[in-house]
Amino acid sequence: MTFGQLPYDVAHLLGGGMLLLSFMLLYQRRVGAVINALAMQGGILAAAAAWQGVVQDAPQLFLTALIAFAAKAVLIPLALRHLLRRLDLHRTVETALGVGPSMIAGVALVALAILVVLPITAGVRAIAREDLALALSVVLLGMLMMITRRNAILQVVGLMTLENGLILAAVGVAGMPLVVELSTAALVMMLLVVGGVFVFQIRERFDTVDIGFLERHRGESP
Amino acid sequence: MPAGFPLPWALVFLPWVGALLLVALPRERPAALANIAVSAAGFVLSLLLLWHPGGTQGWTHVDALNLPLVVLSFLVGLTTAVFSLGAIAAERFDLLRLRAYHVAFQVFMGAQALALLADNMGVMWVAIEIATLASVLIVAVHGTPPAIEAAWKLFILCGVGIALALFGTIVLYLAAQPFVGHGDSGLSWTVLHGLAARCDPGVLNLAFVFLLVGYGTKAGLVPLHSWLPDAEAEGPIAISAVLSGLLLNAALHAVLRAKAIVGAHPDAVAPGPFLVAFGLASLGLAAFALWRRRDARRFFAWSSIEHMGLAALAFGLGGATANLAGLLHMLGHSLAKSAVFFGVGHAAQLKGSQKVADIGGLAASHPGLGWALALGIAAVAGLPPFALFASEFLLLVEAAATRWWLILPLGIGLLTAAAAKIHMMQALCLGDPTPDSDDAPPAWTERTTLGPIWLHLGLALALGAALPAPLAALLDAAARIPG
Repeated sequence: MTFGQLPYDVAHLLGGGMLLLSFMLLYQRRVGAVINALAMQGGILAAAAAWQGVVQDAPQLFLTALIAFAAKAVLIPLALRHLLRRLDLHRTVETALGVGPSMIAGVALVALAILVVLPITAGVRAIAREDLALALSVVLLGMLMMITRRNAILQVVGLMTLENGLILAAVGVAGMPLVVELSTAALVMMLLVVGGVFVFQIRERFDTVDIGFLERHRGESP
Repeated sequence: MPAGFPLPWALVFLPWVGALLLVALPRERPAALANIAVSAAGFVLSLLLLWHPGGTQGWTHVDALNLPLVVLSFLVGLTTAVFSLGAIAAERFDLLRLRAYHVAFQVFMGAQALALLADNMGVMWVAIEIATLASVLIVAVHGTPPAIEAAWKLFILCGVGIALALFGTIVLYLAAQPFVGHGDSGLSWTVLHGLAARCDPGVLNLAFVFLLVGYGTKAGLVPLHSWLPDAEAEGPIAISAVLSGLLLNAALHAVLRAKAIVGAHPDAVAPGPFLVAFGLASLGLAAFALWRRRDARRFFAWSSIEHMGLAALAFGLGGATANLAGLLHMLGHSLAKSAVFFGVGHAAQLKGSQKVADIGGLAASHPGLGWALALGIAAVAGLPPFALFASEFLLLVEAAATRWWLILPLGIGLLTAAAAKIHMMQALCLGDPTPDSDDAPPAWTERTTLGPIWLHLGLALALGAALPAPLAALLDAAARIPG
């Protein structure tokens, strides 16, 4: 299966769409817009999983797609919006690294993912290896977002895009066993992390609050 | 036991069913006693594994490598439950937190067993994830700002870690895909280990890097360690023992399984140097960081980083002798470190503070606890005749024989860390006693503390001084598995 064949083209369109949304997540300056982009990425992930279900003739992937759509495109974004209102957080994105440098770092990470994955997977089917390169790019951009954003909600968003990349990788590998179980288990973790922000009302990433306060809590002060 | 009885699954589900039972118990003492009963049943059941024929059974797998770790897990689970009976009163849990604490403890124990016994790498990943989530819940259970901070750090860092491990697991299947076709066997460790030599080495390399970084985060290897001191110092007192003694072992065991697969391919990248580098970094940073700690529980959490680094270093050297040293180190560390956490935890409750400055002269004011803790710290410092001395000695001899340049950093790290621990032992156990807190725990809790400590120290002594022949044969067989 190569370029010019429908299953290949659609899978890449959807994977590329997810990568594009990962970049959108990096340059948004309002938290609300970040959540919208995350919801869209979840929707595209669901479509990608469903498409792989058609291509690989694997009906269990429809279940993955359904769960991904319900949780990632609808439920979690709604919960995050609610949280945003309840905690009365800053509506603007506080960055540790500016938007421009973040985008440059993002491009570098995508280049890295392609340079790492494509040469070493020469023996693997084209659709799987290019999907894997896209998925690894999404994973790395998720990590970049977690490193460069200060607000706890944006950290959760970073972790969720990271996990979206993982599911993209898992559905792209034909015949992957336990794919439904693994993606559900990963989702449970995401739901709990969102729940944790809810219950404990975590506003900030902890290492940005006053250091003296932390040292006292850690019992490290003299 | 009838043939075909799924003993590994029984070991996983017994604690989980026990968790359901513990939800129903509303009062502190009955719940803590029931917790001990469930843990004791688990330990007895785990002993039956010694008569298990071994081999793969569905998603599970019993071999020489995971057998001693599973039995040890249930032993430490039982002693922790006993210690918890005495320690729990001072935690002042309300009903909800009490339930969450016991349920999370048993869920953790079941997931720990599954993580060690899983043959399917996907199931192993799910088990480590469940263990992580349970430990996050236990660490956060007090709801105080430092506890929430520690839990959040554990969640985010280990969340990224296990996400990367899942990516590694997917890539591992991708490597095996041309040979296994569809079905669960594509993630079976036994199948992958057998097939590895035919897989594409590049894909295996990629999988190993992700598995190492992912599970290495959970094993607390530097530079991925920063969640560990917070989690072990801020959670409920009894929990440090299982976090340090069990969870780290399960993660390192997962790394070893990945190493065995990649190591089976002659052209794949050699996994050893990666582990040696992580090990040296952990040893080096921890040996010096130990000198800067003023909080007793954080001090011993840093010592866990050091010991995991040493075990990783031993496995990185590879070969039967170094692997034996690494395994012995894992077992000895679990026993000695959980004994120390029991002692330090009890001392912290007596003094109402876990700062080193507030705990002093235990040997004079509480001789039983003071001397037991002093011996425990000596065991953790790697002094003879305990197990960690034997494993560190074996590691040094093997390093001298195969990689002479390792001797200097290894020696400096070991000596610096041991000196820091002796210094800490003097500060905690000798010297002038500090006053006890007004609401010190009742006298009987000393028995639930000292019993587990002496049991652990006795076993650590037996492992170090006179390894019983059947156990030696088992460890010898285990040492050949990671390659």
